[in-house]
Amino acid sequence: MAMNTLPTSENARAADGELLLETAGLTKSYAGADRELPVLSGIDLQIRAGEVVALLGKSGSGKSTLLRCMAGLVPASSGTVSYKGVALTGANPGTAMVFQTFALLPWLTVQQNVELGLEAKGVHPVERAEAARLAIDLIGLDGFESAYPKELSGGMRQRVGFARALVVEPDVLMMDEPFSALDVLTAENLRGELMELWESGQFPTRAIVLVTHNIEEAVLMADRIVVLGSRPYGTIREIFEVGLDRPRDRNSAAFEDIIDRVYRTMTGRQKEGRTPGRQEPVELEKRTVANTALPTASVDGLSGLAELVLHRGGRCDLAGLADDLGLEVDDLMPQVDALDLLGFAGISGDDLLLTDTGTAFATADVQDSKTIFAEAASRLPLVKVITNSVRSKPDGTVRAGFFRDLLAHHYTSEQVDQQLETATDWGRYAELYAYDAGPEEYRRDDTADTAGPAGTQR
Amino acid sequence: MSFRTSTPTSRASFPARFAGRLSRMTWVDLVVAAAVIVLLYVTLRVGKGVTVSFSTSQSAKVDTSVAELPYDAARSLLRMFVALALSTVFTFVYAYAAARSRRLERVLIPALDILQSVPVLAFLTVAVTGFVALFPGSMLGLECASIFAIFTSQAWNMTFSFYHSLTSLPRELDELSRSFGFTRWMRFWKVELPAGMIGLVWNGMMSFGGGWFFLVASEAITLGHTDYALPGVGSYAGAAIADGDLAKVGCAILTMAVMVIGVNFLFWRPLTAWAEKFKIEQSEASEVQRSVVLDFLRRSTWPRLVGRLLHPAGQALNRAGRVFGTDDRPLVVHHGKRRAGDVAFALVAGGLIVWGLVDLGLYLYDHTGLGVFGEPLLLGLATFARVAVLVAVATVVWVPIGVRIGFSPRLTRIAQPVVQVLASFPANFLFPLAVWFFIRTGLSIDIGGMFLMALGAQWYILFNTIAGAMAIPTDLREAMDDLGVRGWQRWRRLIIPGVFPSYVTGGITASGGAWNASIVAEVVTFGGTTLTATGLGAYIARATENGNHPELIAGVVVMSAYVVSLNRFLWRRLYRLAESRYSL
Repeated sequence: MAMNTLPTSENARAADGELLLETAGLTKSYAGADRELPVLSGIDLQIRAGEVVALLGKSGSGKSTLLRCMAGLVPASSGTVSYKGVALTGANPGTAMVFQTFALLPWLTVQQNVELGLEAKGVHPVERAEAARLAIDLIGLDGFESAYPKELSGGMRQRVGFARALVVEPDVLMMDEPFSALDVLTAENLRGELMELWESGQFPTRAIVLVTHNIEEAVLMADRIVVLGSRPYGTIREIFEVGLDRPRDRNSAAFEDIIDRVYRTMTGRQKEGRTPGRQEPVELEKRTVANTALPTASVDGLSGLAELVLHRGGRCDLAGLADDLGLEVDDLMPQVDALDLLGFAGISGDDLLLTDTGTAFATADVQDSKTIFAEAASRLPLVKVITNSVRSKPDGTVRAGFFRDLLAHHYTSEQVDQQLETATDWGRYAELYAYDAGPEEYRRDDTADTAGPAGTQR
Repeated sequence: MSFRTSTPTSRASFPARFAGRLSRMTWVDLVVAAAVIVLLYVTLRVGKGVTVSFSTSQSAKVDTSVAELPYDAARSLLRMFVALALSTVFTFVYAYAAARSRRLERVLIPALDILQSVPVLAFLTVAVTGFVALFPGSMLGLECASIFAIFTSQAWNMTFSFYHSLTSLPRELDELSRSFGFTRWMRFWKVELPAGMIGLVWNGMMSFGGGWFFLVASEAITLGHTDYALPGVGSYAGAAIADGDLAKVGCAILTMAVMVIGVNFLFWRPLTAWAEKFKIEQSEASEVQRSVVLDFLRRSTWPRLVGRLLHPAGQALNRAGRVFGTDDRPLVVHHGKRRAGDVAFALVAGGLIVWGLVDLGLYLYDHTGLGVFGEPLLLGLATFARVAVLVAVATVVWVPIGVRIGFSPRLTRIAQPVVQVLASFPANFLFPLAVWFFIRTGLSIDIGGMFLMALGAQWYILFNTIAGAMAIPTDLREAMDDLGVRGWQRWRRLIIPGVFPSYVTGGITASGGAWNASIVAEVVTFGGTTLTATGLGAYIARATENGNHPELIAGVVVMSAYVVSLNRFLWRRLYRLAESRYSL
């Protein structure tokens, strides 16, 4: 379905570059387990009329938080957010939001959902019904006015989300991963239609801010890409200007070049990179619980990736692999980080390479791979701390709370849970220690003590 | 481009649309219209009796001719619905205040938790005295007291449910409301109330079911030496019992059953089916609540017509609602000011509580001395033993039956509505029959009281066990079959852990209900015979009858303490265990 194009465009979008949104020295921190933990730090960003800006980053980089700060939904810890030069004191009057999960009210029809923003402004019922009808037409939803959201497909639901935001004609349209809950085809279609509309000059907003974790989406849509880093915490790592004409051709060399550059910035690795399997010992020594976060990857997940790479000859292009699996590159990032951390694989350019240990791990039978995994995992700071703690205690048990306190200095309580969850999964598989969820205790794995890491499980 | 143009499309004028509707009226519309008119007429007829005057000198006489029963039933029903309306309004105000004000929340929510555990029946006499004094010489005072008693049995549950849904509103809906600048009025009616509607309706239905018990208990009250009676099914039954007329008691029981089932069929089923549209998850659910009555109403054109007629009023209200301001949260918080406010609030609230406690202590000290707590504390042990045995026996009897029913879809379809009705049927209605039985067999009320308490409480255990057994996935049962896990091992590994979370919910309700019921179950009368058991319930009932306020207060405080500590030390722990270990 194509979005309609209205015959005349009365007030075509003026690309006058007026400064609409500005953040100055924006910092945002959340209460951690025992101190404030920053998620955004020193963000200076300007959004001008006529541009599409993408905020790009891995999960945990604070990109959604930044969007919400700019929308006035979340207070900044320090620094200011201003709209047209006036600092915000509440919800930003010049923005409207499109949500990842659509946020449609299931008890209202499409028409009623679209009218919400105007109703809030006190617009007369007849006038707002007419405005909503126009927006519904523009976004390609005509015929669905009286439907309830649960009758619609995901793509149609998000169209309602767009119509609802556009009908209030905000200066800046805020989009929080608007396509990530949709299937690939639907997302592609909707993205294309939206950009067509933007280019046609009929778009009722003057700028767009888009949050995404999808590099290709950012390069396809944005005039500027703001890459946020995740560790130590959300700072602007780099800003890319995308000067390509629309509609953009994915296969053009210029397009691919930008993708490559953004990708390298995002993963924080230079093209030459370090040679896999040859991590400097100094770095190993310097690893601490604080600077070596365990990725959220299960043993099964990282083994699966290792085997896939093995079947492709021990070396493969990550983007290609993700494509084959029907995933985004960043869906694989936790597993890639895990393999890298364990010394099972390394990144060279855009390729993932298995090391010798990694190859051995992927080819071994269950018991041998456990032994190899145990050896690699026991070098990781958190796993090491837990292993040593349970071994040094006479009764062989340590409360999880002990490690929680230890981690609390460096992580939010949510991250602490994640760290412990991964450490528990890895340690259990490696038979370095066991964990009892009831009393929340780590204890020595007695089966492992008698039979070694390769001992059979009960 | 701009969406807002000031040229509205022309529309058919109102009368034309109205005429168009009328010409398409079907027989369904006629039936619905007739039903509404009859309902209005009955409400008016019945409502007129509410303000009839009476003099306190004459003891209330209830006319026990069977012809009076329909009128009495209607009066009872009116009381129930007025109480429900009050509970709903209370729920909105109380839950909203608690969810919106950080400071009030700290006082209101624990208070609600205690209120929930207070034996309501004990306060009936206090309420009657107060309300009768408020409306001297009019039935309205008694009417208010009865409605108040029903209200106190309905409101807490509904309030908790609504408070919970207010505080757990999905984050994106909150952000939607603030990002689009909703007014507070809009946020409540378009976002918060619909999001909490399902919980509100289901809890309303459950509470309404519990309310019948209090209706029966509150329609005929003896206070000091005066008998008060309101026209109603409860008082009718009371009079029939006093006369020892079993046939008339039977008629009253039948009427009660018809009312419980009728309200369920005509009111709650359609309401729960209608509430389906407020489900948050956006996919079609597999099991949908259905109601014949609702389908019938939807086929008629009346709902749409009424909706259109009321539309202007709704618009006007929406405009008026703008005075409550926009839903926004200031980004900057003055920590100093906030702190000062907290301290001031804590001082005022704490001061009031301490003052009240001191006053109460002095009052008791002046009248009887603090030793007044001793007797109820000991008697509480006897009632506690009764409650414990009751819950244990009900568990052993009903859990296996509930599991059997829950595992069979066919049995569930038959049994669930029946159990629902049994759970709402006021058990105190059946007391006279049981007492008649006790007198005939010579069974001690100390033991028999337990059966009386169980009469109402046990159904919650059965009801929840059925729900729990239904929730056990079929593939788990098939896996057990496949592995040959049978008998006790099957119970230990699959069934008990599977139904445990639901069972705990039922257990809490059953045990709370049993404590409350002890007040009416430990002292019972049939004809001229009164049987009294040893227990806290009987103690409170006696204090009530004699108008002995210090003893009444002591009894209520002690019973509340028992219920609260039982909840804290036993049920809450089981609940947490169920949530962490046994949730499916």
